[in-house]
Amino acid sequence: MSGFRWQRGDLLGVAELSTEEIVHVLDTAESFVEVAARPIKKVPTLRGKTVINLFFEASTRTRSSFEIAEKRLSADNVNFSTSGSSLSKGETLLDTTRNLEAMAPDLVVIRHAHPRVPHGLAERVGAGVVNAGDGAHEHPTQALLDAFTIRRHKGRVEGLRVAIVGDVAHSRVVRSNVLCLRKLGAEVTIAGPRTMMPEQPEALGARVAWSLEEAISGADVIMMLRVQLERQARASFPSEREYFEFFGLTAGRLQAAADDVIIMHPGPMNRGIEIASEVADGPWSVILEQVANGVAVRMAVLYLLAGVKSGEGSA
Amino acid sequence: MSAALVLRGGRVVDPSQGLDGAADVLIEDGAVTACGAGLEAPEEARRMDVSGLVVTPGLIDMHVHLREPGQEYKETVESGTCAAAAGGFTAVACMPNTEPVNDDPSITEFILARAARAGRARVYPISAVTRGLEGRELTEFGAQRRAGAVAVSDDGRPVWNAALMRQALRYARHFDLPVIQHAEELELSGDGVMHEGAFSTRLGVEGIPGAADDVMVGRDLILTADTGGRYHLAHMSTARSLELIRGAKEGGHRVTSEVSAHHLLLCDEDVFDSGLDPDFRMHPPLRSADDRDALVAGIADGSIDAIASDHAPHHPDEKELDFVAAPNGVVGLETTLSLCLDRLVGKGVIDLTRLVELLSTAPARLLGIPGGSLAPGAAGDVTLIDLEREVEVDPAAFRSRSRNTPFAGWKLRGAPVGTIVGGRVIEPGWRIT
Repeated sequence: MSGFRWQRGDLLGVAELSTEEIVHVLDTAESFVEVAARPIKKVPTLRGKTVINLFFEASTRTRSSFEIAEKRLSADNVNFSTSGSSLSKGETLLDTTRNLEAMAPDLVVIRHAHPRVPHGLAERVGAGVVNAGDGAHEHPTQALLDAFTIRRHKGRVEGLRVAIVGDVAHSRVVRSNVLCLRKLGAEVTIAGPRTMMPEQPEALGARVAWSLEEAISGADVIMMLRVQLERQARASFPSEREYFEFFGLTAGRLQAAADDVIIMHPGPMNRGIEIASEVADGPWSVILEQVANGVAVRMAVLYLLAGVKSGEGSA
Repeated sequence: MSAALVLRGGRVVDPSQGLDGAADVLIEDGAVTACGAGLEAPEEARRMDVSGLVVTPGLIDMHVHLREPGQEYKETVESGTCAAAAGGFTAVACMPNTEPVNDDPSITEFILARAARAGRARVYPISAVTRGLEGRELTEFGAQRRAGAVAVSDDGRPVWNAALMRQALRYARHFDLPVIQHAEELELSGDGVMHEGAFSTRLGVEGIPGAADDVMVGRDLILTADTGGRYHLAHMSTARSLELIRGAKEGGHRVTSEVSAHHLLLCDEDVFDSGLDPDFRMHPPLRSADDRDALVAGIADGSIDAIASDHAPHHPDEKELDFVAAPNGVVGLETTLSLCLDRLVGKGVIDLTRLVELLSTAPARLLGIPGGSLAPGAAGDVTLIDLEREVEVDPAAFRSRSRNTPFAGWKLRGAPVGTIVGGRVIEPGWRIT
């Protein structure tokens, strides 16, 4: 990466990233992978830096992944979680933001149920902001760790055929992944039941398929999205049985994909609904590697962002 | 009574008389007594030189939220009518979704008393259709009419119960009141916060399909045809609603509609480009570019009767940061006229006569209120417009208590420079000789 200098202080979405920046994050993450293999899994990179994990929406694995990444970088971290928005407590987001600002963190990792709240936060705080998921909009670190995982397995992303299947309408994973994979030169196909597809799916920039079979035919990578069971109440699909019948990934269906296909899932999985156990636990699956790589990619992101905004001398 | 006032040397644009040309206007005892070239004015009359200006019947905004009683931190009758006068409006009709709801003559009387005390633009309260806007029992249309209400509406929410809507349309006939409907099928709009389309898809934002409006409009038009009632569609937003309204008009039914300046000038792409700025959130949402273009055609060809601001003030604290959590609505009293002058008349979409119809003649007729004309005998309400004046939308300078506009920073040509109500110069203290 000769000549490239990272200048971004926030990671809000893949939409804002250049291909060069994406590749730089992935390259940087490579150097953090081995930290997990050390007997003492810690580097002093962010010693003395404060990171606030601001989660307005329940999250176990993303928050844990960020926490571990922060600790392995020797940052001081604090979790600030509220179920439901702070508005329900009578505090405006702006007040929450000002309170945070008063504590002078270096980085804020935020998850919120509403799109672009992290973007608004980034405009108003001196700290670097990492979007850990804003509604069904973006989840950039997920897309980066997915691209990282694909690259490690396939040696490249460019030219690969990637199918993403499931509740596309309500998935932040799919939006960030389509943007990221397209920037890296992959061919991306999205598919799901029509009731789970957005009104104009082609606007996401991917090819649209209307069946699982069509979507995964010849695919090098298949990414299954988590079905949100609570949406059943809103008539997105009639039953789990029917969903599995038509959109569940089974070993039999995998025959249509490339021989060396890899199977991904952002978790947590619903076994027997969007994915059969034989696939989730089978030789094609890289699902647990995604989890492991998530820590390395988040370490890379935190490392790159730290100091960019404070380096500008802002308060 | 107030002394006579004569407006000399202006260009009078008054569709009610088919007039667009040089004329003087004489106002005595609060009413127009003469309108024509080279008028003989009484010796004692005050004279206003309005040469170079356009003189129109006072503009009427038939859809505003004044927020009083109950939400005075957003707006009051006084601040709202100051904003109206500053924006060139001599009269406003105010929606009943206050706290308490205007579902009782005592509230109508309270609003009128506040308006009289403020002494700015005229105020015409609109009564709720149902008590508490709850969609269960009708309010006292007759008593409300007597107290001064000019229409009935549950605006902010639809009259969703079809049987109740049918009864409202039937009962309102006794008092010749239009039923103004906020047309929305709530099950279809669901948790949506912007127009459902390519841009909501990209943002991952829950969408509101155009069908949410259209399904309700379709239902209402069937009920209107069956009852012979008067139906007025508030804030039309879609091409299909427009088609439905056109069809009903051609069928001879008593159907009218209004559109807001923001639905004529903005679309969902602007929401996207704003980065989900809460000041771009309103109901109905900004629709597609195709919808917007259809609505513009609808005002030009006469299918849509009126332009109304749907002035919906919200405190800045409520419009911070988060689009999804923000309340619906934008202010419009102080921007509508300049927006229409620049983007509609200035661009040749409609002429000035048509604009005055949309902003004055038609609202007066639809609501059955004084004004909308400068013919002798009409109310002495006048708006003075400088077509050349260049303005920039500056929310900090609004007379309204609220600042929530998607048009901040827009540079526009054409602006109100004087507002006269009942022969009294209200705004902005025009030079009188």
